[in-house]
Amino acid sequence: MGILLGMMLILMCQLLGEALVLLFDLLIPGPVIGMLLLFSMLLIRGHIPESLDQAATALLNHLALFFVPAGVGVMLHWHHVGNEWMPIVVALLLSAVITLAVTALVMKLMMLLFGKPSTYDSK
Amino acid sequence: MTANDLFSLWNFLSASPLLALTITLLAFVIAQRLFLAVGSNPLANPVLVAILLLIAFLSLTKTPYEVYFDGAQFIHFLLGPATVALAIPLYRQLDKLRQLWLPILVAVVVGATTAALSAIGLAWYLGGSLKTILSLAPKSVTAPVAMGITEKVGGVPSLTAAFVICTGIIGAVIGTHLFHLLRIRDDSVRGIAMGVTSHGIGTARAFQVSWEMGAFSGLAMALSAVATSVIVPWLLAWLDLRP
Repeated sequence: MGILLGMMLILMCQLLGEALVLLFDLLIPGPVIGMLLLFSMLLIRGHIPESLDQAATALLNHLALFFVPAGVGVMLHWHHVGNEWMPIVVALLLSAVITLAVTALVMKLMMLLFGKPSTYDSK
Repeated sequence: MTANDLFSLWNFLSASPLLALTITLLAFVIAQRLFLAVGSNPLANPVLVAILLLIAFLSLTKTPYEVYFDGAQFIHFLLGPATVALAIPLYRQLDKLRQLWLPILVAVVVGATTAALSAIGLAWYLGGSLKTILSLAPKSVTAPVAMGITEKVGGVPSLTAAFVICTGIIGAVIGTHLFHLLRIRDDSVRGIAMGVTSHGIGTARAFQVSWEMGAFSGLAMALSAVATSVIVPWLLAWLDLRP
């Protein structure tokens, strides 16, 4: 019973998120709004209900699996990619490396500038 | 049993969601076993291996993607609730979030801008067509947002979806190696960089490392979705890249 209650709460947040997106013509997807709604709810309640924790753990433990069906869709674009494979492959690869490095270094720098280092050393 | 019987059996099975669901789970279970067998080497990313196995299967059986997706959409649907569920690990990091909100915000805005600008610049420099450049620009954010942005700026949404998936896998595969090289050990920093670069697929990889990294990656993915939907249309207009 527990996990169903949690699942219901998660679906309700998603439903509300999707409704807000349609009502206000937002570019952000419904589930992201749903996540922010659920987060706000947790802030108000002050703790995570057991049933919600169970449902979230079950879902997040399998997050990788849920990307597979959409990922197989890459097969629809062989032709376009084939014609311009060089700029596409280089842009995708290098841009990922640059973005990972820049974001991590900016975050690290900002933490050094604005943080108390002792509390950040997790390990 | 004749060849004809086999043929009608195949027709029956491929028309129901059962086959698509079974092969998706099967491919993923094999991919995950392989991932564990090679000592969790990120090169054997389970999402990547499962996708390759399924593409091989669909090509061999000449099954169109649309037929496969008709059944597999039930797994695809769970992406939505899983995204909502990211609120839970995020809430667990509330104390850190309170301390780090400013570094996070700056890193996400700079990171989202870097993702778009580097992709546009590289593709343009290497002679990519306008269609490719416009479809590449939002490739670091989660697929539904990226496709929405592409539509707005005049790219091809389904091409963007393919770029989004590839970017997700690239970040998931190289991320931990790169952080090691750059000596970035803090899981909150790694999570933010992973989420900004590789959205949900990066977040799934981050959860394999730690729940803290997963939580920050999920947060970065959500924030950069918002930031990118403002930044990319503005950036393309500023660069005068229009269809």
